[in-house]
Amino acid sequence: MTSAALRRRAWKLLEMVTTPLLPSDYLDLVSPLRAGADLRGRIEAVHPETSDAATIVIKPGRGWRGHTAGQYVRIGVDVDGRRLWRAYSITSPTNRRDGRVTITVKAIPDGKVSNHLVRRATPGTLIQLDQPTGDFVLPQAKPAKVLYLTAGSGITPVMGMLRDIEFDDVVMVHCAPQPQDVIFRNELHDLVADKKLRLTEVHTDTDGMLDIARLDELVPDWAERETWACGPAGLLDAAEEHWTEHGVQERLHTERFRPSIVVAGDGGEVTFSATGKTVDADGATPLLDIGEEAGVLMPSGCRMGICFGCVTPLKAGAVRDLRTGEITEAEPGVLIQTCVSAAAGPCDIER
Amino acid sequence: MTAIDPTAHLTAEQIEELGRELDAIRDEVIAGRGEKDAAYIRKVISAQRKLELVSRGVLLFSIFPPAWLLGTAGLSVAKIMDNMEIGHNVLHGQWDWMRDPKIHSTTWEWDHVSPSEQWKHSHNELHHTYTNVIGKDNDLGYGIMRVDEDQKWHPFHLGQPLWNFINACFFEYGIAAYDLELGKNLHKRRRRNPEFRARAKAVGRKIRKQVLKDYVIHPLLSGPSFLTTLAATFTANLVRNIWSHSVIMCGHFPEGVQVFERQSIKGETRGQWYLRQMMGSANISGSRAMHFMTGNLSHQIEHHLFPDLPSNRYAEVAVKVRALFQKYELQYVTGPLPKQVFSAWRKVFRLSLPNKKPKVKTPDRKQELVAG
Repeated sequence: MTSAALRRRAWKLLEMVTTPLLPSDYLDLVSPLRAGADLRGRIEAVHPETSDAATIVIKPGRGWRGHTAGQYVRIGVDVDGRRLWRAYSITSPTNRRDGRVTITVKAIPDGKVSNHLVRRATPGTLIQLDQPTGDFVLPQAKPAKVLYLTAGSGITPVMGMLRDIEFDDVVMVHCAPQPQDVIFRNELHDLVADKKLRLTEVHTDTDGMLDIARLDELVPDWAERETWACGPAGLLDAAEEHWTEHGVQERLHTERFRPSIVVAGDGGEVTFSATGKTVDADGATPLLDIGEEAGVLMPSGCRMGICFGCVTPLKAGAVRDLRTGEITEAEPGVLIQTCVSAAAGPCDIER
Repeated sequence: MTAIDPTAHLTAEQIEELGRELDAIRDEVIAGRGEKDAAYIRKVISAQRKLELVSRGVLLFSIFPPAWLLGTAGLSVAKIMDNMEIGHNVLHGQWDWMRDPKIHSTTWEWDHVSPSEQWKHSHNELHHTYTNVIGKDNDLGYGIMRVDEDQKWHPFHLGQPLWNFINACFFEYGIAAYDLELGKNLHKRRRRNPEFRARAKAVGRKIRKQVLKDYVIHPLLSGPSFLTTLAATFTANLVRNIWSHSVIMCGHFPEGVQVFERQSIKGETRGQWYLRQMMGSANISGSRAMHFMTGNLSHQIEHHLFPDLPSNRYAEVAVKVRALFQKYELQYVTGPLPKQVFSAWRKVFRLSLPNKKPKVKTPDRKQELVAG
């Protein structure tokens, strides 16, 4: 018998010992970051960067496969007891000696996760991790000239790049309301002092928003540069238009932080994605009834919200709890009780 | 069974107002759920796992009597925690709001021979929706007993004190059989029903796993302590079964608890549904440890009003609910465990004999609404 087969046998036996739990349920008690566990990380430190941004140092579990500069990672954090998932760019270099990774988070107004991470997260806390992902990365072949065009927290994936690989000729144009809002400002200025970076800060409170046409004056050779841009949608839209207009769009790489724009309304178009049906729903009829009416096979139970026999994944959009009026927005892993939930705008139910 | 409808003094408007007041209590807890609650259930789960691990470890040496005693006691408590405060409540969806897939009603499996999926259907859906409705709620006597004067007597019921005792000892098997509606489904035609067969197979699989673990694997691991470990796990299962049976019997069987006619729930309003839960359940009074060991089912009334609120909140909810009972002049059935267990058993004995059909029926909503 091969050793893999032997291990499988041993594991099967161990499962018989721990049933109905799994051996991992017990191992998680002592070693949540071990190889083979669900991927998690432990927050080891929180360093403030600006008044509303902080860098979180994370020790990832043994299953972490490593990242490429510019990628992001999805993390699941328990905020007020509720697990919420968000994506953040990785700001640490890929070759960090201690194997830790960092994300840098800017607290956005009313942002549940970002405010929690910046202001309340404490070392020792376990968080859930996904493997890093994203194609906003540097190419294998080193470009001769590089431009980084960033605004606000759009600097975070680019900082991961800056820390990872040195280029001969790098220019950065970064926008932030005021000098003290520039995340990593000291480090950027150190790079400038070491002549490793040419930096233009645009302070939008005094200078106004960056007019993309000003690039000609700020970085005259911008069109020759391989460019990575990250920031608010307005900036990226303008950049894409500008680069296309000059016929150099293949040199522009953009990363959009997808903002979760869920407009909670009253009723909407409901998609049952597994069955491929779409119907209109009002804001007062339970989604269970809507689905059944449309001929979708819906699990059901008490039909009054007490038995949890109808829970179904909400893939997109928002629903309203008909008992409390509470709005639930789609997030990975969110299940809703269809018998007491109505459409609060367009939504997608996995049935 | 009282000869007089204990809710007859309430008007239809009062019943709806009562419903609104209960909704407000529920909303308040829901709005306040948070980090503390999450920390509570995580702590309980972690403590249960550690206790079970240590107890099983100690039982490896169960050939020594002190180890046997300690290990058996620990394992009994661990099994009770698994079934009551954790399993029952997680499977009710009480912790689904945390969005932790590992502590969720759709993924949880418990140390019990009834697969959680089937139990959720018979318990959460049938029992909690149709609480104490004769012919709809199989929890009323689990199909083997007569627990209300209104139920038809049959010579089979003469033996019900014995059936109840056997059911207490092997309660988890009783529950599995009851989830399968064995009585109904063992008739020739139904036995071949593919859906029933699939469910029976699932129960068989679960029983095999549980039995293998408790009565083969762990005794074998104990080597020379094989027999004593076997006896220990058997004892722990027995203790857990008798304990949970006793607690659960106290929830709906003691004197003073009402049952309802099928007719009476037609077109039931939210207020009336709440009222039925209030009149159909009974509490157990006692210390915090006692509430914990019952999985907070000692707050059965509160649990039946709000089956999806986190169990650690029932104690605070109980104060408000009790005040409502007072305000609406309703009887809040509660008492210490021995008293409630005795009361339930007395009823089991009493109703093993036939009785005259009671003169006045239990709450008849139609009459009541006309009167209101």
